[in-house]
Amino acid sequence: MGASEIILQGKDLSYRYESSPESDLALDGLNITVKRGELLAVLGHNGSGKSTLAKHFNAILLPTGGAMYVAGMDTSDEDMLYLVRQTVGMVFQNPDNQIVANVVEEDVAFAPENLGVETHEIRKRVDDALKAVGMYEYREHAPHRLSGGQKQRVAIAGVIAMMPECIVLDEPTAMLDPVGRNEVLKTIKKLNSERGITIVLITHHMEEAAICDRVVVMESGRIAADGTPKEVFAKVELMKSIDLAVPQTIELIYRLRKRGLDIPLDALSVEECAEAIMSSLSTVGGGSHVRNY
Amino acid sequence: MLKDITLGQYFPGTTSIHRMDPRMKLILTTAYIVVLFVAKGILSYMLLLAWLLTTVRLSRIKISVIFRGVRPLLFIISLTALLNMLYTPGRPALEFWILTITYEGIFVAIKMVSRIIMLITGTLLLTYTTSPIVLTDGLEQLLNPLKKLRVPVHELAMMMSIALRFIPTLIEEADKIINAQKARGADFETGSIFKRAKALIPLLVPLFISAFRRADELAIAMECRCYRGGEGRTSLRQLKYSSIDLKAMLFSVIVFTAVIVLRVLGI
Repeated sequence: MGASEIILQGKDLSYRYESSPESDLALDGLNITVKRGELLAVLGHNGSGKSTLAKHFNAILLPTGGAMYVAGMDTSDEDMLYLVRQTVGMVFQNPDNQIVANVVEEDVAFAPENLGVETHEIRKRVDDALKAVGMYEYREHAPHRLSGGQKQRVAIAGVIAMMPECIVLDEPTAMLDPVGRNEVLKTIKKLNSERGITIVLITHHMEEAAICDRVVVMESGRIAADGTPKEVFAKVELMKSIDLAVPQTIELIYRLRKRGLDIPLDALSVEECAEAIMSSLSTVGGGSHVRNY
Repeated sequence: MLKDITLGQYFPGTTSIHRMDPRMKLILTTAYIVVLFVAKGILSYMLLLAWLLTTVRLSRIKISVIFRGVRPLLFIISLTALLNMLYTPGRPALEFWILTITYEGIFVAIKMVSRIIMLITGTLLLTYTTSPIVLTDGLEQLLNPLKKLRVPVHELAMMMSIALRFIPTLIEEADKIINAQKARGADFETGSIFKRAKALIPLLVPLFISAFRRADELAIAMECRCYRGGEGRTSLRQLKYSSIDLKAMLFSVIVFTAVIVLRVLGI
């Protein structure tokens, strides 16, 4: 793995909030590497340090110990600050509190305006970003008239207009209804597959983590598990020990396994799960037996 | 209930007045106000009235809409008229008890009233035909030279546009808090003025706290998008003067100069 393939790298990251006691570290010697083009979920319950980690990715917080590198730049280097922030865009939980302007397209233009991009180039970037999130028809609307999912997509467009290599989303769906959540997740997936933008999705929803290529589980400022969704969710005991629920399909197979059925612990979708159970049952007792279950 | 409040009283449209550059509109409105105070004779007032009516006609704003804007000030206008009629010395026109109304007083009163109404109408026209954001943009550009005097022009404009952006958000939030407090038995509508003012405290405290939280989050979001003040900032929308602005300027210059000339000649 060459160095240029790595976009985010945290080495022995430690962080302590000023208000908290000496021993209470929000990040505790954490090591993480994110490759370009990855679709990564950071999973953890409240207070596990996942939001603190996210804020290290674009220099909103600087590590009190260790070092954070973004595309090879040290985030503690003040000369690199705006370059770091251009490389890693950030989307937050509450869409209302990150939209600056009165008109959708003006808001999307905010970042390129700050960067001093030429007017006609801003226009191009704004149109492109709005099309990428499917909000182009709404470019002249007032943000407060949009639904939560639409607002969050506008916020994402506002980051894309900066042309970042990586977007960090800090619980972007926490305040949305199921429809809005789906809109946002679809947009994120599309940006990753079509534009190759590296995505770091901070979440506490298993279902959202399951659509990612890689899942990092955090617990009290450290990484508790790291791997593909299947690998991570298979560690049911570990997940339960840190108060995280596993997807329902995994939970079902886990319980069946406890009862003595030999089913591999790696079915994420309902279909996969049904198939796995069926095939294991047919090897145990034959077809007629299945129907009686 | 709070959602019904309209903001900035902007009436969208595509008339030539709507399409004028906000800077030109600001300049001409300011010039109009100044000239209005310079004007003295009836002829001058007629000229300015003609200018005003032409503008109103071109903007297609209904007279009834303008009247609605003037109405809140009717009390002050009538009071001005009354005081002018009573306290201007001159030939008595009407006398009863200890009060005397003079012919000169009536003349001054009419002049004052028309001046105030024309003043209000002119400024209303500006806000009726210009959206608040565009107006802020224009104001920022016009005041740009003041930056040399260290006036924080960009910061003021940014504050204004963020305030405008958050008014609907905060209104929505106030509405939610009112409903939540009502659901728990709060009473905002009955009792004396003091009682009602006191009832507002449980509304204002959470509203303030949330506004501070919002401000904090917004600041971080703005920093994430590389905001670093007005230095080196470009803009999606470039203001440009067009032929409409030139025509409006020529028309106004002729009218305003005529009024000033009349004043100098003492007509």
